[in-house]
Amino acid sequence: MMKISGAKTVVETLIEQGCDTVFGYPGGQVLDLFDEIYLAGDRIDFILTAHEQGAAHAADGYARATGKVGVCIATSGPGATNLVTGIATAALDSVPLVAITGNVSCGLIGRDSFQEVDIVGVTMPITKHNFIVKDVNELADTIRMAFKIAKSDRPGPVLVDIPKDVQLAYAEFTADRQPVIPYPLTLAAEEKLRKAAQMINAAKRPYVYFGGGVISGKAASQVRSFAERIDAPMGCSLMGLSAVPYDDPLFLGMQGMHGHYAASAAESEADLVIALGARFSDRATGNNERFARNFKVIHIDIDGAELMKNIPADLAIQGDIRDALERLSGMVEKSSRPKWRERIEALRAEEKKLCKRKTQTAEGMLSPQEIIGVISRAAGEDVNIVTDVGQHQMWVAQEYPLKRPRSFITSGGLGTMGFGMGATIGASKAVGRRSVLFTGDGSFGMDLNELATAVTEKIPLVVVIMNNGVLGMVRQLQTMFFDRRYSATTLGRKTDFVKLAEAFGAKGARPRNIAELEKIAGEAFAYDGPFVIDCPVDSNEFVLPMLKPNGSIDEIITEIK
Amino acid sequence: MKQYVIGVIVANITGVLSRVSGMFTRRGFNIDSLTVGETESSSFSRITIAFHGDEDLKERILQQIKKLHDVREVEVLDKKDTVIRELLLIKLRNKTENRQDIMTAVEIFRSKIVDYSASSLLIEITGETSKIDAFIELVKPYGIMEMCRTGIVAIERGENCLKTVNQ
Repeated sequence: MMKISGAKTVVETLIEQGCDTVFGYPGGQVLDLFDEIYLAGDRIDFILTAHEQGAAHAADGYARATGKVGVCIATSGPGATNLVTGIATAALDSVPLVAITGNVSCGLIGRDSFQEVDIVGVTMPITKHNFIVKDVNELADTIRMAFKIAKSDRPGPVLVDIPKDVQLAYAEFTADRQPVIPYPLTLAAEEKLRKAAQMINAAKRPYVYFGGGVISGKAASQVRSFAERIDAPMGCSLMGLSAVPYDDPLFLGMQGMHGHYAASAAESEADLVIALGARFSDRATGNNERFARNFKVIHIDIDGAELMKNIPADLAIQGDIRDALERLSGMVEKSSRPKWRERIEALRAEEKKLCKRKTQTAEGMLSPQEIIGVISRAAGEDVNIVTDVGQHQMWVAQEYPLKRPRSFITSGGLGTMGFGMGATIGASKAVGRRSVLFTGDGSFGMDLNELATAVTEKIPLVVVIMNNGVLGMVRQLQTMFFDRRYSATTLGRKTDFVKLAEAFGAKGARPRNIAELEKIAGEAFAYDGPFVIDCPVDSNEFVLPMLKPNGSIDEIITEIK
Repeated sequence: MKQYVIGVIVANITGVLSRVSGMFTRRGFNIDSLTVGETESSSFSRITIAFHGDEDLKERILQQIKKLHDVREVEVLDKKDTVIRELLLIKLRNKTENRQDIMTAVEIFRSKIVDYSASSLLIEITGETSKIDAFIELVKPYGIMEMCRTGIVAIERGENCLKTVNQ
């Protein structure tokens, strides 16, 4: 055994925990840590972002694309507070993240020293747990514990704050070599699963509603075979997207506020809803009071605190989703429900009538659906699809033909504009795959600084800007509910995103029609670096259908005049 | 709406009280009373929390508390089978015309006078919340100079214990 510094301990422990890439930004209180990162350059890849928020989103994107723990590092004070939005984004979407921050030396804490902030206090409500390490002897085990907490049960972010003097102090380091093993998973109680099987067997119109938990719980294929076995249609929350291929015959798409009509309608006509790794967010259910009036609910989730939180389930089961589905599949009868299937097909037909796919748009503009169509054909299947937040995000969620779990990366729970660029860089770094970022001119305005990172790192990345000159999602609500008083949603900027891309050292192009987009897309997907496609979109394109906030399926809006 | 009393065993480390009370704030749960103190093992503290709510709210609170990393054990204490106590220190004006009435109240409530000066009387009283409330109501007319109550502590009767402290 030998004594090493706290700074070296951090790097050695990260490597020991299987961390190969770290995203971050240096500063005064992490100088020693960055020196060790430099020295360990052959064993750990450090990605310098343009802003700490980008680093947090990159670590998040890395984690979402792989299921591994993402790691970001920032200095004290502003460095640490710049991580906050990224940490909250990860918390709301259950993403395993370890954020490491430097802090002023222990003796200076509490004196409002230069660049001092109580980041443990700040991040307490947005982390699964957080630590400040004041004794170098506890440093290695604290970081190991941070990884353990981040990846156990329902994953989430953990922050470790390390004062400068702790980074400088020496302690014995025992190389454990083994990444920590998560806590044993809670397994569903047998009698509850039996009860669930009885309810499912007795149901005439069961509907499966799944969320991001089936992706993090590695249960995507189990969900499909379960739905097939009981012959039930499936719909999902935004976070559930990509778990099931878009063309699965039982899959109706995303449900809820901007979801597919057939999914929301099937749910409202069901007599039993089986919720798997989902939390009945208000965006997925609309009005919670009226939501569950016609059907019974079985709710299975790894997090006991989600059960009975938003919806009173008739049967709430805490347990690992994959194990629960495997056992439950053995208990339920293989069923065929031709009448229910017939009704579902009728709902699909109704959806086609109600929500006509728009290919027409204003002169000189590109329709969002056509943009998605062209890009998906050019991209093929071997890409990460990442979005920012707003109208473009919903269009992609509705339209993109997603095939593979973890191929869709989006900020669901927090809805963080400016998430996309960082997340894309992280996702591409993690899996060595090209990424497509769909963004809007509003969102891109918040994270375009990371184009610099993407250029430096030669990230193969296609940025598709749906540029409508407005903050479309909020504007849409103003159109509907505020008598078109467009308060602060008309951008009126003169930014030339093509020149901007070139200024950053990336490539850029602006198609004037779909044929040009096809040509540009071909070029973009052949280019070994970031390529920005600035697509003009009409500001009167709306995300439809839409359920009013707190509305229900019978009040669906399919047209805005 | 019913009052629930829960006992929580937590690791005795910095910040643990913020984590527990912060969870209540963040989730919009109201606390009637919260007390905390070390247990027989210095590694653990025991927090007693009282709150009003229905069965659903109680479950949600329990589940959220259980998720906190520093929490070792949490249990709803069955109020009929639990000794619940609160301590009140209350300072009253020592006026000749009220002195005898105060002394009688002190005796009947099995409390005691712990400080006596020409102008003030300091009384210490323990008991269930309802008893403390009743005492305060009773002595209010005599002139309360200041008062301080601890909030409740609670332990179940008999064999039942909140576990893990010695494990």
